[in-house]
Amino acid sequence: MGNWIINQGLTAFILVVWMGINIFLFVWFYFFYDLGDQFFYTRHLLGSALAWARAPAAVLNFNCMLILLPVCRNLLSLLRGSFMCCGRTMRKQLDKNLSFHKLVAYMIGLMTAVHMIAHLLNVEWYNNSRRGVYDGLSTALSNLEDAGNTTYLNPIRSTDVDAQQTPTYFVFTTIAGLTGVIITLALILIITSSMEVIRRSYFEVFWYTHHLFIIFFAGLVFHGAGRIVRSQQTTDPPHNFTFCKDRFEEWGRIPECPVPQFAGGFPQTWMWVIGPMILYVFERLLRFIRYTQKVTYRKIVIRPSKVLELQLVKSGFKMEVGQYVFLNCPAISQLEWHPFTMTSAPEEDFFSVHIRSAGDWTQKLINMVEELPEGAQGPKMGVDGPFGTASEDVFDYEVSMLVGAGIGVTPFASILKSIWYKFKDSNPKLRTRKIYFYWLCRETHAFEWFADLLQVLEREMEERGMGDFLTYKLYLTGWDQSHTAHVMVHFDADTDVVTGLKQKTHYGRPNWDKEFEQVRKENPTSVVGTFLCGPAALAKVLEKKCAKYSDVDPRKTKFYFNKENF
Amino acid sequence: MGKIEWAMWANEQALASGLILLTGGIVGVAGQFRGWQFAAYGVAAGVFVCLLEYPRGKRSKGTSVERTGQYCFTVCVKSFGPLTRNYYVRAFLHAALCVPGGFMLATVLGCVCLGISSLIYLGAAIHGEQWMPILPQKEQTRKPVGESIKNPPQNPPPRPPAELRRKRVEDLEGAAYVNPIAVTAND
Repeated sequence: MGNWIINQGLTAFILVVWMGINIFLFVWFYFFYDLGDQFFYTRHLLGSALAWARAPAAVLNFNCMLILLPVCRNLLSLLRGSFMCCGRTMRKQLDKNLSFHKLVAYMIGLMTAVHMIAHLLNVEWYNNSRRGVYDGLSTALSNLEDAGNTTYLNPIRSTDVDAQQTPTYFVFTTIAGLTGVIITLALILIITSSMEVIRRSYFEVFWYTHHLFIIFFAGLVFHGAGRIVRSQQTTDPPHNFTFCKDRFEEWGRIPECPVPQFAGGFPQTWMWVIGPMILYVFERLLRFIRYTQKVTYRKIVIRPSKVLELQLVKSGFKMEVGQYVFLNCPAISQLEWHPFTMTSAPEEDFFSVHIRSAGDWTQKLINMVEELPEGAQGPKMGVDGPFGTASEDVFDYEVSMLVGAGIGVTPFASILKSIWYKFKDSNPKLRTRKIYFYWLCRETHAFEWFADLLQVLEREMEERGMGDFLTYKLYLTGWDQSHTAHVMVHFDADTDVVTGLKQKTHYGRPNWDKEFEQVRKENPTSVVGTFLCGPAALAKVLEKKCAKYSDVDPRKTKFYFNKENF
Repeated sequence: MGKIEWAMWANEQALASGLILLTGGIVGVAGQFRGWQFAAYGVAAGVFVCLLEYPRGKRSKGTSVERTGQYCFTVCVKSFGPLTRNYYVRAFLHAALCVPGGFMLATVLGCVCLGISSLIYLGAAIHGEQWMPILPQKEQTRKPVGESIKNPPQNPPPRPPAELRRKRVEDLEGAAYVNPIAVTAND
């Protein structure tokens, strides 16, 4: 339970606050329109459908304001930088930005549906009032002209159009109606192209269609310009509706009941969304500026299994361990930006990414680079970033157990290199004296470059007589008959047959009890930090083991579990 | 744009349109709007479109993700053969279905959305896509183990006597021998 509070508590709190604001806005504006005196006559025509339309409108204003903010990733990076003092949990919330964006989008979708249905009812009832279907008061109210010294209440002014088509005609000839239909259509297209199936397989459709949000916001800002939600204004002498509502035939002829005047509400949506819209424009400008900044290739290496390593240099670029960048290559696609975790350490004077062939874009990039002559510069590349929470806790523990599963091993390249640099320079920030690294993967294809990195580190450590600093174990969980045959034949070899490393490959999953026992035995008095980048199921297992093998005695070994989403 | 299968997006759009048409129809009927007959049509057409579009088709490249419980719908839709397999038919069908929705405000949005999905289906049809049902894979039978495993050898393998087998480091060349009887299985 305590662990949940530490890991998820702040997220839960933020969600509760957000939902609370939504509910508050909905209820407040519902009662504002349902009980407000100035809307008495309007309610007479529309009933509670008025309030049911205006309450979601308020929630929509709030959420349309919020939705642009989580996708301003440069702004978020800036915030993250200034939160360095305020603890990692705060900064980690900024990494859940896309989840929040989706949540807000669902709310917008839901509220749009409620808003639209309520307005369908409103338009129908306005239409009926206009045609005298309802009581005398309704007809009298609807007959109020928009001329001379009278102001109208019912926005449906003419009765020329066929009665059944009037609502459609009304919607398509008023600003509110037309913008409403257009932006709802844009919203629906955005939502259908954002479904996970489409997003994962045809990213371009998702990304290009998503730009309909420009139309959405443009229409949204003008949606209220027609001012068709009308409220009663004070007149001189005042028109008391309680007294006058039954005397509608005498309006204007008796002193107590002058003709009631109405006016539309001032459009407010733009006040909610203008700020985030400006911020977003800055965000796109900033991305564009970063994109034009010069990025030079220090080195290009084609690794085995179609992995491309790019070492890039960009002036003013500063990174932390475990962060990622977005890359854009205009020669392949003008508009696509793809994220890659960085595999270099901050101590190096360049940053590197390892790109695996995993789709159109990556394949084209690899093809382009393969055809380059030796030593030539690669294609023009735009770099945005770095983004992501830095994983600095890794340096705080005396003993670290690092577990990387599958693709989760990539940030550990950065971490291991950084630890090694800090160790060599005797950087006081580094308190680590011993590292146990567990690498779990189905097969080592596409990760041979990581094995190379481990080899280099292994060699350097041996040279300095620090062979004990790093202990690593590779677990191949996807072995089969041919593997075993191969291993049996090469059993006596000095280096491992799969990786070429001195430490042997294990097959199957690790026996965590044995591993924790070993760590505890070798470090009887230390505080051990366990870091995982991998699946949630494994996180649960490791968490339990950490609890199991931690000793209550403060002089003995203690294990602390950190689940990272790098 | 890569190998986009437009039908996947058309399917999402059509399913959404069906729901919107259905919702608009329900509002029109429940509120007893003018022209509620068109709303009633919207309900029927909406339900029909949802049933038709619920089962996802099989992707020609990559893994297809089923919608929950779509198997019975797949079977129904499959039974119409070329009518449901061909996307030109679907494009035309959706275009025709959406027209009556335009006669009443409550169903107008459903009409426009269905019209858009009809256009996307047309694009899919022009690209030669087809609706293939996602059917459960038949169990892959494992390669049957060879018969010889049932007959383990009765005798130890033929070897020369122990003195000859001992490793003679001084004379590696002379220590090598050829087996008098073949020891590989397929000679």
